[in-house]
Amino acid sequence: MASDAQNSNALIEVKGLKTHFFLDEGTVQAVNGVSFSIDRHKTLCVVGESGCGKSVTARSILQIVDHPGRIVEGQILYHGDAAHNSAGGEVIDLAALNPRGKEIRSIRGKDISMIFQEPMTSLSPIHTVGNQITEAILLHTEMTQEEADARAVELLRRVGIPKPEDRLKAYPFQLSGGMRQRVMIAMALSCNPVLLIADEPTTAVDVTTQAQILELLDELKAELGMAILLITHDLGVVAETADDVVVMYLGQVVERGDVDSIFHAPQHPYTQALMRSIPKLGVSRHLQRLDSIRGMVPDPYNRPNGCMFGPRCEHFMPGRCDAADPPTIQLATNREVKCFLYEDEANSGSSKFTPAER
Amino acid sequence: MLQFLIRRILYMIPTMIAVSIVAFIIIQLPPGDYLTTLVASLAAQGETVDPARLDALKDRYGLGQPVYVQYLKWMKGILLEGDFGDSFGWNRPVSDLIWGRLALTFVLSLASLIFVWLVAFPIGIYSAVKQYSIGDYFATFIGFLGLATPDFLLALIMMYISFKFFNQSVGGLFSPEFQEAPWDWARVVDLLGHLWVPVVIIGTSGTASLIRIMRANLLDELRKPYVVTARAKGLPEWKLLFKYPVRVALNPFISTVGWVLPTLVSGAAIVSIVLSLPTTGPLLIRALLQQDMYLAASFIMMLSILTIIGTLVSDLLLAWLDPRIRYE
Repeated sequence: MASDAQNSNALIEVKGLKTHFFLDEGTVQAVNGVSFSIDRHKTLCVVGESGCGKSVTARSILQIVDHPGRIVEGQILYHGDAAHNSAGGEVIDLAALNPRGKEIRSIRGKDISMIFQEPMTSLSPIHTVGNQITEAILLHTEMTQEEADARAVELLRRVGIPKPEDRLKAYPFQLSGGMRQRVMIAMALSCNPVLLIADEPTTAVDVTTQAQILELLDELKAELGMAILLITHDLGVVAETADDVVVMYLGQVVERGDVDSIFHAPQHPYTQALMRSIPKLGVSRHLQRLDSIRGMVPDPYNRPNGCMFGPRCEHFMPGRCDAADPPTIQLATNREVKCFLYEDEANSGSSKFTPAER
Repeated sequence: MLQFLIRRILYMIPTMIAVSIVAFIIIQLPPGDYLTTLVASLAAQGETVDPARLDALKDRYGLGQPVYVQYLKWMKGILLEGDFGDSFGWNRPVSDLIWGRLALTFVLSLASLIFVWLVAFPIGIYSAVKQYSIGDYFATFIGFLGLATPDFLLALIMMYISFKFFNQSVGGLFSPEFQEAPWDWARVVDLLGHLWVPVVIIGTSGTASLIRIMRANLLDELRKPYVVTARAKGLPEWKLLFKYPVRVALNPFISTVGWVLPTLVSGAAIVSIVLSLPTTGPLLIRALLQQDMYLAASFIMMLSILTIIGTLVSDLLLAWLDPRIRYE
């Protein structure tokens, strides 16, 4: 079966994940039934507006969701291969592990590591770069301090930091933003992870550095054979780096597929609106206002009925979209959209819905 | 680091000079001077003063001369001969009186500071990590109670309880048999046996405020992204806690030493009177009441210098702990 062949290549399968935050004001359903899979050696980009739950999804994989958030439902299946690390070929449900337990800790930083948005605040201001890089090495391997230091130098050199031997003793505040993000990457790579989660790694650095960081990640992916889960709201970054794309809106996956079909044939009205909001160079000589998605992201305590995107959607069908949660419709292998517009096509088996021309 | 140390010590010198000037101006503020008070007091007792002695004293302190000359003479005496002048009230040189009491005050303050730290540190961490738990509310309640209760009242209550229920007097720092005894091991043990009572009393409010500070600092740090980074590396929770957020939260904790020290010294004054402790507080207050000017000025100066040194120590500790300050 096709789906089996596809699954054998999956590294992480997220199935029906729900991560909720229990606050005094009410429950925030930050991630509300998300399913996707990350293939080995591939880059998966998760895109969406601020507050759509993309970061929480990423953190759920490592079970580092901040209090008072926790995974309430769903599975995160990690298909570890025998050659690598702690999993030893078994399938582990990360969502079922104790967030403070030994098992998840042996996976964090070793099998799956993570880099964050703010390289300044994500590094400890009072520990040296060397100390922070070797920490994970010493924790997960049998290396001595000297061997770990040598490994750290090698890593720093690999991520393009000049004079790595000297930088080992430097503090994060002595480095530039781009350098700090490279240190973060070196730190994340220290134990040869199979998956690198990058949570908006280029948001806090300037555009030139941004390109360098993305290029570096791409090189490292090929070199180390790891998969990357890239969280971003920047569609340019997606176009440049992704193999597969997951589009999220208000805690749900609205569309997923390979990067070409997402960009060239977006199906979900939200994805279509996102694509129209990208400024294009040289397309139109005369002044034209950039499209924006009308309305605002709804209040997390006051979510719409039915389709989450309904109140902002151009194709809103009263009585249908606000009545029930739209189904997730499989359009092709690895191609899904969560929208009523495609229900009839899926049922009648006719050809794909073409995106509305404007 | 060495450069930092030298710079900091150099900064201390002008501060100390300023402190000595202010201390001297304070003793000059009351009307009259040491000799007029002395003559008046002797005359009241029906005695006459030997004019030769009066002249000798006048010459020695430069009384009748401009204030700056008096100041320079006083400073010269201190710096060259260690002579702080004579105490009017005690009729003895000031230096005979202050060193023993300063040493005991220092011991008391240091012991209180250590007590404050030892108690505030773990409770502060617990309160932050288990925010809004029953334990946190309890610590907060006790903390506010400790802050709100005046030290002298606590001292009175302690004295009452120990006298009523344990039939033991808690006044003083020594048992009667050791009161005037020379320093030896037995006297030190006796001191330690008495010391804990004023330490607990003086330390209560400091402990309460430091618990609040530690809790607030740590709560701030616990939410910083670098904690998440460390967690994402797979560090165990307790190891992570002490290596990262607690380390960073310690900074303000240490800088409080600078202001906790003078608070301890001044708080110690009233408690010392209530508990009749042989520290600087009671002597200073008596000296001020009697216009015992050189004694008062010397105390004010020495306590200020202790505070300056305390600040220096806390600054050095901070620099040692935090590279951001060291590399500034």
